[in-house]
Amino acid sequence: MIGRRVLSPKVSQAAAFALLWTSGAIVMLPVIAVVAVMVLLGARGLTWRFLTAASGGLLPAIAGTACLVVLTTLIAAPAGVAAAIYLSEYSRPGRAIRLIRLAIVNLAAIPSVVHGLFGLALFVMLLGFGRSLLAGACTLALLVLPLMITASEEALRQVPQRLRDGSLALGGSRWQTVRRIVLPNALPGIITGLILSVGRAAGETAPILFTAAAYSSTHPYPRSVFDQVLALPYQLYVMATEIPNVPAEAKWATALALVMVVLGFNAVAIVMRARLRAARRW
Amino acid sequence: MRRGRHPAWEFVIEWAIRMAGFLAIVFVLLIFAFLLRDSLPIFRLRSLGQLVVGRIWSPTAEPPQFGFLPLLLGSFYVTLGALVIAVPLGLACAIFIAEVAPARIREILKPTVELLSAVPSVVFGFIGLLLIGPWLATRLHLPIGQFAALGSLLLAFMAIPTIVSVSEDALRAVPRVLRDNSLALGATQWQTICRVTVPAARSGIIAGVLLGFGRAIGETMTVLMVTGNAAVIPRGLLGFLRPVRTMTATIAAEMGETAYHTPHYFALFAIGLLLFLITFLVTVAADLVMRRSAWARR
Repeated sequence: MIGRRVLSPKVSQAAAFALLWTSGAIVMLPVIAVVAVMVLLGARGLTWRFLTAASGGLLPAIAGTACLVVLTTLIAAPAGVAAAIYLSEYSRPGRAIRLIRLAIVNLAAIPSVVHGLFGLALFVMLLGFGRSLLAGACTLALLVLPLMITASEEALRQVPQRLRDGSLALGGSRWQTVRRIVLPNALPGIITGLILSVGRAAGETAPILFTAAAYSSTHPYPRSVFDQVLALPYQLYVMATEIPNVPAEAKWATALALVMVVLGFNAVAIVMRARLRAARRW
Repeated sequence: MRRGRHPAWEFVIEWAIRMAGFLAIVFVLLIFAFLLRDSLPIFRLRSLGQLVVGRIWSPTAEPPQFGFLPLLLGSFYVTLGALVIAVPLGLACAIFIAEVAPARIREILKPTVELLSAVPSVVFGFIGLLLIGPWLATRLHLPIGQFAALGSLLLAFMAIPTIVSVSEDALRAVPRVLRDNSLALGATQWQTICRVTVPAARSGIIAGVLLGFGRAIGETMTVLMVTGNAAVIPRGLLGFLRPVRTMTATIAAEMGETAYHTPHYFALFAIGLLLFLITFLVTVAADLVMRRSAWARR
């Protein structure tokens, strides 16, 4: 109250805007700091040999994460895209849709470690997958499902109504319209969402803690979907907390590799989306 | 267009799409059911009161003690500490992006905030554990570099993207005409933000804070790595400088070594159920608040 009387509106605006600019800068800081610290401390250790060595190197963990992510996408993408098609093309506004949207937000808000518990109870134990690539991928698929639905739905909604109307007016059925008109036009947007989900799945640790991850295994690479896998984020966690005497260089190099993979996927998706928005013809 | 029309095939596909639409509801219910199924047995061994206000968490002692109170308070300490940092910063950043920043700055800031939300929590934990924690500990003369406030600091940066994006949407949804009227009456831009735009976007901002709270209380790897994992009841403001242990960290640290269907296993699932209920309530509350607003309807 005092401030309002003492300071002229112009001065208080200048002060407030300075604070707003500062807060914008502070929020940018951690991303820059994370990348800078990783590169400074990790780049030296991230040699080609460390990356590609099958024992004592990162290759098994990278391969494990790749397997997890591919399988996760294979499971989540069809379901997510189908759900998005339902929401965008088939549903009518009403209570059911409200509930579905609330459930999607809810699913996204469930702590990742709780997803892990669910994966343990359902996939590992009840369905008998064991601690395995498959159980981990199913758990991760559930985790990225909301992201995939939301991104795909947004892409589908961007397709202008007149394209649908044109197809329907020519006698196309609803599914034909979706299949031949809406989906092809929404595809780049859907793929962007897919890449975002891949980035998310590659960085998650908590959901695979008790469903898939191993630190070392007799086989460095999974031979089937029922094998445990090594994974980059889990590797980093174990190196940092459980294993004594890991050289600092190896730890930072592992962290750098993980950050590069995760932020790399995200950056690609963000750039793709920006290009798509700029290039939109409608 | 007639080529390849298969009514039966089409029927099956459309049926599958309709089913897929309800997947999210099915899985939320399934998760709830499984958490309930695997935590109910603990309620036969201990009363709800014994669990929730039990002051000691010592699952491997003889007899085992399953008091959630230290974990619950640990989670709330770390989370509220995070919000103290994240709410002002996130809100200021949202106002900056929506109202003040030049377009070019906005084009950089928005993707950066998105990247911030993408940084894996294990990476934040790693940096906190190896760099920030030891550094702060020597500065503040703390015995160890793992304590509640460190978790709060790192969680703040994970909650900020949620708060920023939801609040920014809310601010953008405020009709232009409200701002224009205020400016036309001679108010400065800042006065307009303070007394018109932000109050008008109130419900969306509250929803953003609620969702940020949900994000922070559910974070696992970061708090597991930096808060020291001591299951003690934190007290007073000094509690922020001591190790604590959150609900999420407890599950993550102990479930791997817990035998299937033992009391310890059931107790960990009960913690999971509690977390599920907290995030469920937070999301529903955010949804209700958002729905009350006249224009932030999405």
